[in-house]
Amino acid sequence: MLEYISIIITAIFVNNIVFAQFLGICPFIGVSRNLSSAAGMGAAVAFVMAIATCVTWALQTYILVPLGLQFMQTIVFILVIAALVQMLEIILKKAAPTLYSALGVFLPLITTNCAVLGVAILVVRNGMNLAESLVYALSTAAGFTMALVIFAGIREQLEMTDVPRAMRGVPIALVCAGLLALAFMGFSGISIK
Amino acid sequence: MNPKYFFNGILAENPTFVLLLGMCPTLGTTGSAVTGMSMGLATMGVLVCSNAAISLIKNLVPAKVRIPAYIVVIATFVTALQMFMQAYLPALDAMLGIFIPLIVVNCILLGRAEAFASRHNVGDSILDGLGIGLGFTIALTLLGCIRELLGTGRIFGLEIYPETYGSLVFVLAPGAFIVLGLLIALFNRLYKR
Repeated sequence: MLEYISIIITAIFVNNIVFAQFLGICPFIGVSRNLSSAAGMGAAVAFVMAIATCVTWALQTYILVPLGLQFMQTIVFILVIAALVQMLEIILKKAAPTLYSALGVFLPLITTNCAVLGVAILVVRNGMNLAESLVYALSTAAGFTMALVIFAGIREQLEMTDVPRAMRGVPIALVCAGLLALAFMGFSGISIK
Repeated sequence: MNPKYFFNGILAENPTFVLLLGMCPTLGTTGSAVTGMSMGLATMGVLVCSNAAISLIKNLVPAKVRIPAYIVVIATFVTALQMFMQAYLPALDAMLGIFIPLIVVNCILLGRAEAFASRHNVGDSILDGLGIGLGFTIALTLLGCIRELLGTGRIFGLEIYPETYGSLVFVLAPGAFIVLGLLIALFNRLYKR
């Protein structure tokens, strides 16, 4: 039990996917203009990341490793994730239209979200088992959503401030992200053993 | 072959400072000048190959499946690069870690495939790959130099001032965001009206 709590705390705070691992920066900058789309994007990423990590973990363990095809990992994983996102879009449209209307616009963007592929590869590289992988994927997604929501709140305020012309838009957003990352560094060193 | 496509990527369409693509490796691998430059060169290698290949197959691939086809082409070259680095540059491969397989989801590659290579001939596509790749490499090297200098007082491992005066925060995560933000602002100030 303790190791799961440790994975959760580490993935959300200590090793936050955005502020410490630099994955998923594109949606972090792109979809953080307002709070509601940030929350939607976070939920969509959590959904895809959990499913994609389980599927790629199973593929790696039961197909790639027994056949000695580990070098195919990158190709197989990206294709699986791309296909999975397409499939989820179709299934959600039919089976859960309300969920689809909430997450739909974000789904196509997720294929090229490096956080999803990144987590799938990290899980394999760290030799986690299926349960650990699922917990890791979900808590990473929670960390991503938290970063996105906090940042969206900051950017909503930034809209109303008078920023020098050259700094407007992405530059000031990056500097703010840097200060947030500085705050998150306060978590480093926490470990539950 | 039109040389203007080569110079286009270095300044006018610099992927980091103007197009704002490929943020994850830009932030994640520029802790030192050497890692930044290696990441830039690795991306450039894949970009030149994928641009050339995609430009060759552009008339064979039906428009509907072009994106998955491009992803497979890119993933193939990334896998080749991964195997090459593991064989000949294992230390560098370990330093860049997960960012090497993640070249697959670098938006620069898919972006250039879609926006340039699928519409131009092989020669021009290679020039575009070289130009954009060089622009990316210059940006990453510059960022790496600044972070390494401010953080440890060195550039490419060469001591400029004693390390005790450096501020480690520039090598760590927050420095990446802040330095990149300020560099983009500087670029805006100098070249955008």
